[in-house]
Amino acid sequence: MTITVAGEKKEYKDGLTLPELIELENVETPQYVTVSINDEFIETENKEKTVLKEGDSVEFLYFMGGGQ
Amino acid sequence: MAMTDQQIERYSRHIILKEVGAKGQKKLLNAKVLIIGAGGLGAPAAMYLAAAGVGTIGIVDADEVDLSNLQRQIIHSTADIGKPKVKSAKETMNAMNPDVEVKTYHMFVDSTNIRELIREYDFVIDGTDNFPAKFLINDACVMEKKPFSHAGIIRFKGQLMTYVPGEGPCYRCVFKNPPPKDAVPTCKQAGVIGAMGGVIGSLQAMEAVKYIVGVGKLLTGHLLTYDAVNQEFRKVKLPSDTSKCPVCGSHPTITELIDYEQEVCEETAGRFETKENQ
Repeated sequence: MTITVAGEKKEYKDGLTLPELIELENVETPQYVTVSINDEFIETENKEKTVLKEGDSVEFLYFMGGGQ
Repeated sequence: MAMTDQQIERYSRHIILKEVGAKGQKKLLNAKVLIIGAGGLGAPAAMYLAAAGVGTIGIVDADEVDLSNLQRQIIHSTADIGKPKVKSAKETMNAMNPDVEVKTYHMFVDSTNIRELIREYDFVIDGTDNFPAKFLINDACVMEKKPFSHAGIIRFKGQLMTYVPGEGPCYRCVFKNPPPKDAVPTCKQAGVIGAMGGVIGSLQAMEAVKYIVGVGKLLTGHLLTYDAVNQEFRKVKLPSDTSKCPVCGSHPTITELIDYEQEVCEETAGRFETKENQ
Protein backbone atom coordinates (compact mmCIF):
# COMPACT_ATOMS: atom_id res chain seq x y z
CA MET A 1 0.00 0.00 0.00
CA THR A 2 1.04 3.59 -0.53
CA ILE A 3 1.14 6.02 2.36
CA THR A 4 2.55 9.52 2.57
CA VAL A 5 5.18 10.02 5.25
CA ALA A 6 6.37 13.59 5.88
CA GLY A 7 5.11 14.60 2.45
CA GLU A 8 6.74 11.71 0.59
CA LYS A 9 4.78 8.83 -0.97
CA LYS A 10 6.14 5.46 0.12
CA GLU A 11 5.29 1.78 -0.33
CA TYR A 12 4.73 -0.36 2.73
CA LYS A 13 3.25 -3.77 3.44
CA ASP A 14 -0.48 -3.94 4.11
CA GLY A 15 -1.43 -3.87 7.76
CA LEU A 16 1.63 -1.86 8.82
CA THR A 17 1.27 -0.60 12.39
CA LEU A 18 2.35 2.82 13.59
CA PRO A 19 5.12 1.40 15.85
CA GLU A 20 6.45 -0.53 12.82
CA LEU A 21 6.44 2.62 10.71
CA ILE A 22 8.22 4.56 13.48
CA GLU A 23 10.94 1.91 13.50
CA LEU A 24 11.25 1.71 9.70
CA GLU A 25 11.48 5.50 9.44
CA ASN A 26 14.19 5.66 12.14
CA VAL A 27 12.21 8.26 14.07
CA GLU A 28 14.43 9.96 16.66
CA THR A 29 13.29 9.81 20.31
CA PRO A 30 10.17 7.87 19.25
CA GLN A 31 8.58 8.01 22.70
CA TYR A 32 8.46 11.81 22.50
CA VAL A 33 7.36 12.30 18.92
CA THR A 34 3.90 13.62 18.14
CA VAL A 35 2.20 11.79 15.30
CA SER A 36 -0.61 13.09 13.14
CA ILE A 37 -2.45 10.94 10.63
CA ASN A 38 -4.83 12.55 8.14
CA ASP A 39 -5.15 15.79 10.07
CA GLU A 40 -5.64 14.13 13.46
CA PHE A 41 -3.27 13.82 16.41
CA ILE A 42 -2.72 10.25 17.62
CA GLU A 43 -2.94 10.13 21.41
CA THR A 44 -0.04 8.29 23.02
CA GLU A 45 -2.25 5.55 24.39
CA ASN A 46 -3.48 4.86 20.84
CA LYS A 47 -0.06 4.76 19.17
CA GLU A 48 0.51 1.04 19.75
CA LYS A 49 -2.79 -0.09 18.28
CA THR A 50 -2.88 2.25 15.28
CA VAL A 51 -2.83 0.39 11.97
CA LEU A 52 -2.12 2.32 8.80
CA LYS A 53 -4.17 2.04 5.65
CA GLU A 54 -3.80 2.87 1.97
CA GLY A 55 -3.64 6.61 1.33
CA ASP A 56 -2.87 7.67 4.91
CA SER A 57 -0.78 10.78 5.37
CA VAL A 58 1.53 10.64 8.38
CA GLU A 59 3.52 13.47 9.96
CA PHE A 60 6.06 13.20 12.76
CA LEU A 61 6.40 16.35 14.86
CA TYR A 62 9.52 16.64 16.98
CA PHE A 63 10.31 18.56 20.13
CA MET A 64 12.89 21.22 19.44
CA GLY A 65 13.98 23.01 22.56
CA GLY A 66 16.94 25.23 21.74
CA GLY A 67 16.85 28.94 21.16
CA GLN A 68 19.47 30.67 23.25
CA MET B 1 0.91 61.09 14.42
CA ALA B 2 2.64 62.11 11.19
CA MET B 3 6.06 60.68 10.45
CA THR B 4 9.05 63.01 10.38
CA ASP B 5 11.07 63.50 7.18
CA GLN B 6 13.79 61.35 8.73
CA GLN B 7 11.32 58.56 9.43
CA ILE B 8 9.95 58.71 5.90
CA GLU B 9 13.54 58.34 4.64
CA ARG B 10 14.47 55.61 7.14
CA TYR B 11 11.42 53.49 6.38
CA SER B 12 11.19 54.31 2.67
CA ARG B 13 11.73 50.69 1.58
CA HIS B 14 8.77 49.68 3.73
CA ILE B 15 6.59 52.61 2.73
CA ILE B 16 7.09 51.90 -0.97
CA LEU B 17 5.63 48.40 -0.52
CA LYS B 18 1.95 48.49 -1.38
CA GLU B 19 1.25 45.93 1.38
CA VAL B 20 2.85 48.21 3.99
CA GLY B 21 2.73 51.86 2.94
CA ALA B 22 2.75 54.79 5.38
CA LYS B 23 -0.26 53.24 7.09
CA GLY B 24 1.55 49.97 7.80
CA GLN B 25 4.68 51.76 8.94
CA LYS B 26 2.62 53.78 11.41
CA LYS B 27 1.16 50.52 12.71
CA LEU B 28 4.71 49.27 13.27
CA LEU B 29 5.68 52.49 15.04
CA ASN B 30 2.69 52.10 17.35
CA ALA B 31 3.17 48.37 17.95
CA LYS B 32 4.53 46.64 21.04
CA VAL B 33 6.37 43.32 20.78
CA LEU B 34 7.81 41.31 23.66
CA ILE B 35 10.80 39.07 23.01
CA ILE B 36 11.45 36.44 25.67
CA GLY B 37 15.09 35.36 25.48
CA ALA B 38 17.82 37.58 24.02
CA GLY B 39 19.79 34.69 22.55
CA GLY B 40 20.13 32.83 19.26
CA LEU B 41 16.51 33.46 18.21
CA GLY B 42 15.85 36.66 20.15
CA ALA B 43 18.95 38.47 18.86
CA PRO B 44 18.06 38.56 15.16
CA ALA B 45 14.36 38.99 15.92
CA ALA B 46 15.10 42.01 18.14
CA MET B 47 17.45 43.56 15.59
CA TYR B 48 15.04 43.25 12.65
CA LEU B 49 12.11 44.52 14.70
CA ALA B 50 14.17 47.46 15.95
CA ALA B 51 15.32 48.25 12.42
CA ALA B 52 11.71 47.98 11.21
CA GLY B 53 10.66 50.65 13.67
CA VAL B 54 8.47 48.59 15.99
CA GLY B 55 7.77 51.37 18.50
CA THR B 56 8.07 49.44 21.74
CA ILE B 57 10.13 46.28 22.12
CA GLY B 58 10.38 44.47 25.44
CA ILE B 59 13.28 42.08 26.02
CA VAL B 60 13.30 39.52 28.82
CA ASP B 61 16.44 37.62 29.80
CA ALA B 62 18.04 36.80 33.14
CA ASP B 63 21.48 35.91 31.75
CA GLU B 64 24.70 37.75 31.15
CA VAL B 65 26.60 37.65 27.86
CA ASP B 66 29.05 34.75 27.74
CA LEU B 67 31.89 34.16 25.29
CA SER B 68 30.16 30.98 24.04
CA ASN B 69 27.09 33.05 23.04
CA LEU B 70 28.89 35.14 20.45
CA GLN B 71 29.04 32.43 17.77
CA ARG B 72 25.34 33.11 17.08
CA GLN B 73 23.87 35.85 19.30
CA ILE B 74 24.78 38.70 16.97
CA ILE B 75 23.14 41.43 19.04
CA HIS B 76 26.01 41.11 21.55
CA SER B 77 29.69 41.91 20.98
CA THR B 78 32.94 40.78 22.56
CA ALA B 79 33.01 43.94 24.67
CA ASP B 80 29.61 42.98 26.14
CA ILE B 81 30.84 39.81 27.87
CA GLY B 82 29.61 39.80 31.44
CA LYS B 83 26.91 42.42 30.78
CA PRO B 84 23.23 41.54 31.23
CA LYS B 85 21.98 40.41 27.82
CA VAL B 86 19.02 42.76 28.05
CA LYS B 87 21.35 45.74 28.53
CA SER B 88 23.62 44.70 25.68
CA ALA B 89 20.60 44.09 23.43
CA LYS B 90 19.10 47.47 24.28
CA GLU B 91 22.35 49.27 23.45
CA THR B 92 22.55 47.60 20.03
CA MET B 93 18.89 48.32 19.26
CA ASN B 94 19.09 51.95 20.37
CA ALA B 95 22.18 52.44 18.25
CA MET B 96 20.35 50.95 15.25
CA ASN B 97 17.17 52.95 15.65
CA PRO B 98 16.48 55.71 18.19
CA ASP B 99 12.74 55.59 17.28
CA VAL B 100 12.37 52.41 19.29
CA GLU B 101 11.66 52.35 23.00
CA VAL B 102 13.39 49.25 24.39
CA LYS B 103 12.09 47.99 27.72
CA THR B 104 14.35 45.56 29.53
CA TYR B 105 13.41 42.87 32.02
CA HIS B 106 16.47 41.27 33.63
CA MET B 107 14.67 38.24 35.03
CA PHE B 108 13.22 34.79 34.32
CA VAL B 109 9.57 34.48 33.41
CA ASP B 110 7.50 32.28 35.69
CA SER B 111 3.89 31.67 36.59
CA THR B 112 3.80 34.69 38.90
CA ASN B 113 5.02 37.36 36.47
CA ILE B 114 4.38 36.34 32.87
CA ARG B 115 0.70 37.15 32.47
CA GLU B 116 1.08 40.71 33.66
CA LEU B 117 4.22 41.09 31.57
CA ILE B 118 2.70 40.02 28.25
CA ARG B 119 -0.58 41.88 28.82
CA GLU B 120 0.70 45.23 27.54
CA TYR B 121 2.18 43.78 24.33
CA ASP B 122 0.53 43.07 20.98
CA PHE B 123 2.69 40.08 19.99
CA VAL B 124 5.11 37.80 21.82
CA ILE B 125 8.21 36.05 20.47
CA ASP B 126 9.39 32.91 22.23
CA GLY B 127 13.16 32.84 21.93
CA THR B 128 13.76 30.66 24.98
CA ASP B 129 15.91 27.56 25.14
CA ASN B 130 13.97 25.22 27.40
CA PHE B 131 10.65 23.40 27.46
CA PRO B 132 9.32 24.65 30.81
CA ALA B 133 9.60 28.24 29.46
CA LYS B 134 8.09 27.30 26.09
CA PHE B 135 5.05 25.69 27.73
CA LEU B 136 4.73 28.60 30.16
CA ILE B 137 4.76 31.15 27.32
CA ASN B 138 2.21 29.12 25.36
CA ASP B 139 -0.20 28.77 28.26
CA ALA B 140 0.14 32.42 29.29
CA CYS B 141 -0.48 33.58 25.72
CA VAL B 142 -3.55 31.33 25.42
CA MET B 143 -4.89 32.64 28.74
CA GLU B 144 -4.19 36.28 27.87
CA LYS B 145 -5.37 35.79 24.26
CA LYS B 146 -2.03 36.99 22.88
CA PRO B 147 -0.65 35.93 19.53
CA PHE B 148 2.87 34.55 19.67
CA SER B 149 5.56 32.92 17.63
CA HIS B 150 7.08 29.70 18.95
CA ALA B 151 10.41 28.44 17.65
CA GLY B 152 13.12 25.93 18.43
CA ILE B 153 16.57 25.33 16.96
CA ILE B 154 19.12 22.57 17.34
CA ARG B 155 22.11 21.29 15.36
CA PHE B 156 21.24 22.00 11.70
CA LYS B 157 17.48 22.14 12.27
CA GLY B 158 14.89 24.68 13.24
CA GLN B 159 11.13 25.02 13.34
CA LEU B 160 8.48 27.58 14.14
CA MET B 161 4.73 28.03 14.39
CA THR B 162 2.45 30.94 15.18
CA TYR B 163 -0.48 30.96 17.56
CA VAL B 164 -3.27 33.45 17.08
CA PRO B 165 -6.27 33.00 19.40
CA GLY B 166 -9.07 31.17 17.63
CA GLU B 167 -7.02 30.56 14.50
CA GLY B 168 -5.59 27.09 14.94
CA PRO B 169 -3.62 24.97 17.35
CA CYS B 170 -1.39 26.19 20.17
CA TYR B 171 1.98 24.65 21.08
CA ARG B 172 0.33 22.42 23.69
CA CYS B 173 -2.14 21.07 21.12
CA VAL B 174 0.89 19.63 19.36
CA PHE B 175 3.21 18.66 22.20
CA LYS B 176 0.92 18.33 25.21
CA ASN B 177 3.61 18.14 27.96
CA PRO B 178 7.31 18.94 28.29
CA PRO B 179 9.75 16.06 27.83
CA PRO B 180 11.84 14.92 30.80
CA LYS B 181 15.12 16.72 31.35
CA ASP B 182 17.82 15.43 28.99
CA ALA B 183 15.36 13.25 27.04
CA VAL B 184 15.54 15.72 24.18
CA PRO B 185 18.90 17.46 23.80
CA THR B 186 19.37 21.22 24.12
CA CYS B 187 21.69 23.39 22.02
CA LYS B 188 24.22 23.41 24.85
CA GLN B 189 24.43 19.63 24.77
CA ALA B 190 23.99 19.09 21.04
CA GLY B 191 25.26 22.29 19.43
CA VAL B 192 23.64 24.53 16.85
CA ILE B 193 24.92 26.14 13.69
CA GLY B 194 25.13 29.88 14.35
CA ALA B 195 23.17 31.05 11.32
CA MET B 196 20.23 28.84 12.35
CA GLY B 197 19.20 31.47 14.91
CA GLY B 198 19.42 34.03 12.12
CA VAL B 199 17.14 32.03 9.81
CA ILE B 200 14.51 31.08 12.36
CA GLY B 201 14.67 34.25 14.50
CA SER B 202 14.26 36.35 11.34
CA LEU B 203 11.22 34.27 10.39
CA GLN B 204 9.80 35.01 13.83
CA ALA B 205 10.38 38.74 13.24
CA MET B 206 8.64 38.31 9.88
CA GLU B 207 5.61 36.78 11.58
CA ALA B 208 5.45 39.70 14.05
CA VAL B 209 5.73 42.30 11.27
CA LYS B 210 3.09 40.56 9.15
CA TYR B 211 0.75 40.27 12.13
CA ILE B 212 1.14 43.98 12.96
CA VAL B 213 0.79 45.22 9.39
CA GLY B 214 -1.94 42.67 8.63
CA VAL B 215 -0.49 41.20 5.47
CA GLY B 216 -0.60 37.68 4.06
CA LYS B 217 -0.88 34.35 5.81
CA LEU B 218 0.79 33.61 9.14
CA LEU B 219 2.14 30.24 10.25
CA THR B 220 -1.07 29.50 12.12
CA GLY B 221 -2.14 25.88 11.83
CA HIS B 222 1.27 25.00 10.43
CA LEU B 223 4.74 24.11 11.63
CA LEU B 224 7.47 25.35 9.32
CA THR B 225 10.52 23.11 9.59
CA TYR B 226 13.97 23.87 8.22
CA ASP B 227 16.69 21.31 7.63
CA ALA B 228 19.94 23.11 6.75
CA VAL B 229 21.82 19.91 5.85
CA ASN B 230 19.51 19.28 2.91
CA GLN B 231 18.46 22.95 2.54
CA GLU B 232 14.82 21.95 2.84
CA PHE B 233 11.89 23.89 4.24
CA ARG B 234 8.60 22.08 4.88
CA LYS B 235 5.34 23.69 5.89
CA VAL B 236 3.63 20.90 7.81
CA LYS B 237 -0.10 21.25 8.25
CA LEU B 238 -1.17 20.70 11.84
CA PRO B 239 -4.45 19.03 12.79
CA SER B 240 -7.16 21.67 12.96
CA ASP B 241 -9.28 20.20 15.75
CA THR B 242 -8.15 21.98 18.91
CA SER B 243 -11.21 21.09 20.99
CA LYS B 244 -9.40 18.46 23.10
CA CYS B 245 -6.42 20.66 24.01
CA PRO B 246 -5.97 20.93 27.80
CA VAL B 247 -5.32 24.67 27.58
CA CYS B 248 -6.91 26.13 24.41
CA GLY B 249 -9.60 23.46 23.90
CA SER B 250 -13.30 23.69 24.57
CA HIS B 251 -13.02 22.27 28.12
CA PRO B 252 -9.60 23.34 29.40
CA THR B 253 -8.16 21.41 32.34
CA ILE B 254 -5.16 23.73 32.65
CA THR B 255 -6.51 27.00 33.98
CA GLU B 256 -3.53 28.05 36.10
CA LEU B 257 0.02 28.46 34.87
CA ILE B 258 2.48 25.68 35.64
CA ASP B 259 6.13 26.13 36.64
CA TYR B 260 7.53 22.89 35.32
CA GLU B 261 10.85 21.86 36.72
CA GLN B 262 13.44 20.75 34.26
CA GLU B 263 13.18 17.26 35.78
CA VAL B 264 9.93 15.46 35.22
CA CYS B 265 9.46 11.72 35.36
CA GLU B 266 10.64 9.58 32.48
CA GLU B 267 7.25 8.36 31.32
CA THR B 268 5.44 11.67 31.47
CA ALA B 269 6.46 13.61 28.40
CA GLY B 270 4.90 14.56 25.15
CA ARG B 271 1.36 13.41 24.71
CA PHE B 272 1.41 11.66 28.08
CA GLU B 273 -0.11 12.68 31.37
CA THR B 274 2.35 14.50 33.55
CA LYS B 275 2.84 15.53 37.13
CA GLU B 276 3.58 19.17 37.54
CA ASN B 277 4.77 21.59 40.11
CA GLN B 278 1.90 23.94 40.61
